[in-house]
Amino acid sequence: MAESQTVTAVRGYRDIAIMWTRASMAYRASFWMMAVSSFVIGGLDFVGIWIMFSAVDSLGGFDLAEIAFLYGATGLGLAIADMFVGRIERLGQMVRLGKLDVMMVRPVPLLAQVCADEFALRRFARVAQTGLIFGIGCAYVDWSPTKVLLAAVMIVSGAAIFFAVFVGFACLQFWTADSSEVANAFTYGGNTMTQYPLTIYPQELVKTLTFVFPLAFVNWYPSLYILDRPDPFGLPEWLQFASPVAALLLLAAAALVWRTGVRHYTSTGS
Amino acid sequence: MSLIEVRGLERTFVVRRKSGRVTRERHEVRAVHDLDFSVEAGEMVGYIGPNGAGKSTTIKMLTGILVPTGGHLRVAGLEPSRRRTELARRIGVVFGQRTTLWWDLPLRDSFQLLQKIYRIPDDRFRGNLAEFVELLDLGDLLATPVRQLSLGQRMRGDIAAALLHDPEILYLDEPTIGLDVVSKGRLREFLRTLNQERGTTLLLTTHDLQDIEALCRRVIVIDHGTAVFDGPLEQLHLQGGSTRTLVVDLVDEAAPIQVPGAETRRVEGPRQWLSFPSDASAAPIVAAVAAAYDVADLSIHEPAIEDVIRDLYTQ
Repeated sequence: MAESQTVTAVRGYRDIAIMWTRASMAYRASFWMMAVSSFVIGGLDFVGIWIMFSAVDSLGGFDLAEIAFLYGATGLGLAIADMFVGRIERLGQMVRLGKLDVMMVRPVPLLAQVCADEFALRRFARVAQTGLIFGIGCAYVDWSPTKVLLAAVMIVSGAAIFFAVFVGFACLQFWTADSSEVANAFTYGGNTMTQYPLTIYPQELVKTLTFVFPLAFVNWYPSLYILDRPDPFGLPEWLQFASPVAALLLLAAAALVWRTGVRHYTSTGS
Repeated sequence: MSLIEVRGLERTFVVRRKSGRVTRERHEVRAVHDLDFSVEAGEMVGYIGPNGAGKSTTIKMLTGILVPTGGHLRVAGLEPSRRRTELARRIGVVFGQRTTLWWDLPLRDSFQLLQKIYRIPDDRFRGNLAEFVELLDLGDLLATPVRQLSLGQRMRGDIAAALLHDPEILYLDEPTIGLDVVSKGRLREFLRTLNQERGTTLLLTTHDLQDIEALCRRVIVIDHGTAVFDGPLEQLHLQGGSTRTLVVDLVDEAAPIQVPGAETRRVEGPRQWLSFPSDASAAPIVAAVAAAYDVADLSIHEPAIEDVIRDLYTQ
């Protein structure tokens, strides 16, 4: 049963996403303009860091290539999650417009429909842009088979962690109509924080990002292993392999919040 | 087992009101309570009641959108809120005030996406689409984006969309709201055909008594969250003790008309309003009036559904 639910969810998501992509391709020029500008604007962000490095040799003990690796890893995780589920931040609006009621009477799991609504392929530009920077960072890594595997696990777990954060916080909108900013603080805000080596932050914050709100698992811990760094805060080495565990815990929490939200959904007046 | 089974259904909402500067009081509002009814396959049932009576809340529970806070509910043998996606294949829903179609897509694309979502086999999809396009006169509209359709066109599109997957039950929430007389008539005709030829069970909420008269042999009246009447339409008039009104325009002003079987309620110059029981024939009264007075014009007014319901409730 759980298996087939997932299959209908993925299939439904795919069908809806394809349809939106086809619809947006009707305005091909606009699609490419948006995609290219998103790629360039996203890239400028890293250019800022690069310029900073003309004045300093390292940031928190990390050089430019290593920063590119950290920056690319969290950015790629967020971009993938944003591309596939970012639309959930509009949940409150869907509730107000009654769109959610309509989705609820269709035979595709609600979460898949909410995430696929108005799917925008141009968000792939962010994936490409952050992927490019991650690729540059990768070029300077001394690779081993374990590291390759860990890097792949890191990106998947990172996307899953951001996915869970998107979903979990979007659920607030079942209770308070406009709380999308709260979610943004944790997704985009969390991304901005983890772009830099955590050594620039106080230890208390790093512990919070590890044990309370585990965004450090998006890139920081696996990167320490891949970049051959001992943990600067002296935390145990097994944390560097714990990203999937953090992702699964957050996904479970998000699923629980989502289910509770849907069961408490009170619809609109009409 | 009935197709729809409702026993002791209840839904309360928690409303928080400001009661002081920072404190908020918690109120429970019972939108629906002690609701009982069942619907058999193939029935056409009108579900009516004033605004805020609990019509939409009931429909939302029947479709699984809202979770009931109490009571027993089964639709096609399933508990709607727990088996919502499964139930979705077997029901169709038309929300009168909002569209289930995709605003920016041409009607045809919306239909094609629904085919995928409901996994409708190709031949059945093509057959149904051809039939509904024909019956609902959608042929010229298939290439038009939904946002450019008029209300009536959109409603027809929505109805086709709700039926492509051959649902056993079709819920219609105010399907004729805002439509002109011609569109209303065509829509009713279509729904009647649907029920007769496909045996689709219809449950419709409406403000329009004529919808009910044209379609439903059975009506359920809900007021203040619970059913106050469930039975044939004719009986509703009797039970409500409702009256029809005979409006008489006399040639000259006169004292209140006195004829057996009717009561004069109002006099305004040469115009007089007479009321008589809905189940009585108007013919003898009209004849009596015409025999005794110089009549310029006559008309008979049916009771408005709101009045019937109000009477029913104040009894």
